[in-house]
Order: sequence, then C-alpha cells, then structure tokens
Amino acid sequence: MVRVRFFARYAELVGREELELELRLPATVADVVRQTRRQLPSARQLPEHLLAAVNLQHVRLDAAVQDGDEVALLPPLAGG
Amino acid sequence: MSLTREPISPAALLAEVADPGCGGTCLFLGTVRDAPEDDGVTSIEYTAYEAMAAAELDRIRAEAQQRWPDARLALRHRLGPVATEEASIGIAAAAPHRDAAFAACRYVIEEVKRRLPVWKKELRADGTTLWVDPQGRPAVVGPE
Repeated sequence: MVRVRFFARYAELVGREELELELRLPATVADVVRQTRRQLPSARQLPEHLLAAVNLQHVRLDAAVQDGDEVALLPPLAGG
Repeated sequence: MSLTREPISPAALLAEVADPGCGGTCLFLGTVRDAPEDDGVTSIEYTAYEAMAAAELDRIRAEAQQRWPDARLALRHRLGPVATEEASIGIAAAAPHRDAAFAACRYVIEEVKRRLPVWKKELRADGTTLWVDPQGRPAVVGPE
C-alpha cells in the first residue's frame, strides 16, 4: 500500500488531501498516477505529466515505488 | 526552523550569520508584489508540503555549505498569508569575501525557486483568488 498526497490546487481539484492505494508491485510513480485516476473520478482532472516526490524527494515518473512509500503529486512549484 | 508563519526579520538573519571572519554579507528578500494589471494583489497565501519543504531547505543549505565552506547561511520562508511589501523569503549569506557571499545567496534563492514544494494563492482586491503557476497562466479559482 502507498499513501498518495495531493497539495494546493491538486487537492482542490481532487477534493481530498490523501488516498491510500493498494498497488501491485513492482510499480512506478506513473503507475500510482494511473491507478489514482482509475480509483478517483475527480483525479482525472490532474495533468498526465506532473511533478512528483517519493518520501520527501523529487523523483521522475519512472521512479520505483515500494510498499509503505508516501507519493506526493505536486502542482507547479511557486516558492520563494 | 526555516519555515515560519511569523514576519521575517532581516536583523535576525544578519545576526545569525555575523562573524568576525566574514568581510562580506549578502541579504536577499523576496517580497510580495502587487499586480495592478491583474486587479491588484492584496496578499498571497503560501502553503507547503511542509515535511518535504523543510527537508529540501536542509539539502539546499548543505549543498551551498559544501560549495562555499567558509560561508555562513541563514534563511526563512514564510507560510500563511503575506501582505504586499512583506518578505516571503529572506536569505543571508556571509563569507570572508563578497564573491562567495553573493554566489551562495544566489545559489540558495535559485534552488528554492526550482525545488521547494511551496504554492501560492493570490488574494485580489476584487475578492477572487488565483493559484499562481510561474510556468504559465494562473488558473482562476473563483471568489471565496
């Protein structure tokens, strides 16, 4: 199981801040995004190519995901 | 803590990096800017993926420290509502000579812009709010 987190505009689009996802391993972040879309109709509004982090580190969409990971889907960054 | 909901004090940042061995200190403040062409921005609400933003700030600071070992660094990033003219970020870098102070300060702000999981929602004079997307047009969220 992985914990998917949504932030800022994505949290508003999806209508929630997190989701627990049962996932067949091995899997990538892209698989997490695909399955999130399947499981939550509101998540289909998220862009296909988005920024993501696993366990507090930026990753590419082809990065591997392990059981227990926290996968965050990040809107375009606007810090500073 | 580098993430704060309190106003940023330039004096506190400068005090943190003050050192008799440092001959140059660079202070950068990023401030909330009004945008009269877009109905006027009265404040910006900053939100973050706080655990990751704190980790990312630690990493950025460690990288700068590795590149400029003699530099002393202090930084704060605001969260929550920040009014126009107030600082949303403050960075102080002191070093024995000015080149390293400027370079370290510049490195930290550019990496923050590129990597920090922070988002801002503009609150406009007409009551509407907008999530800011620096890479494109902001998406209208609507009145609150």
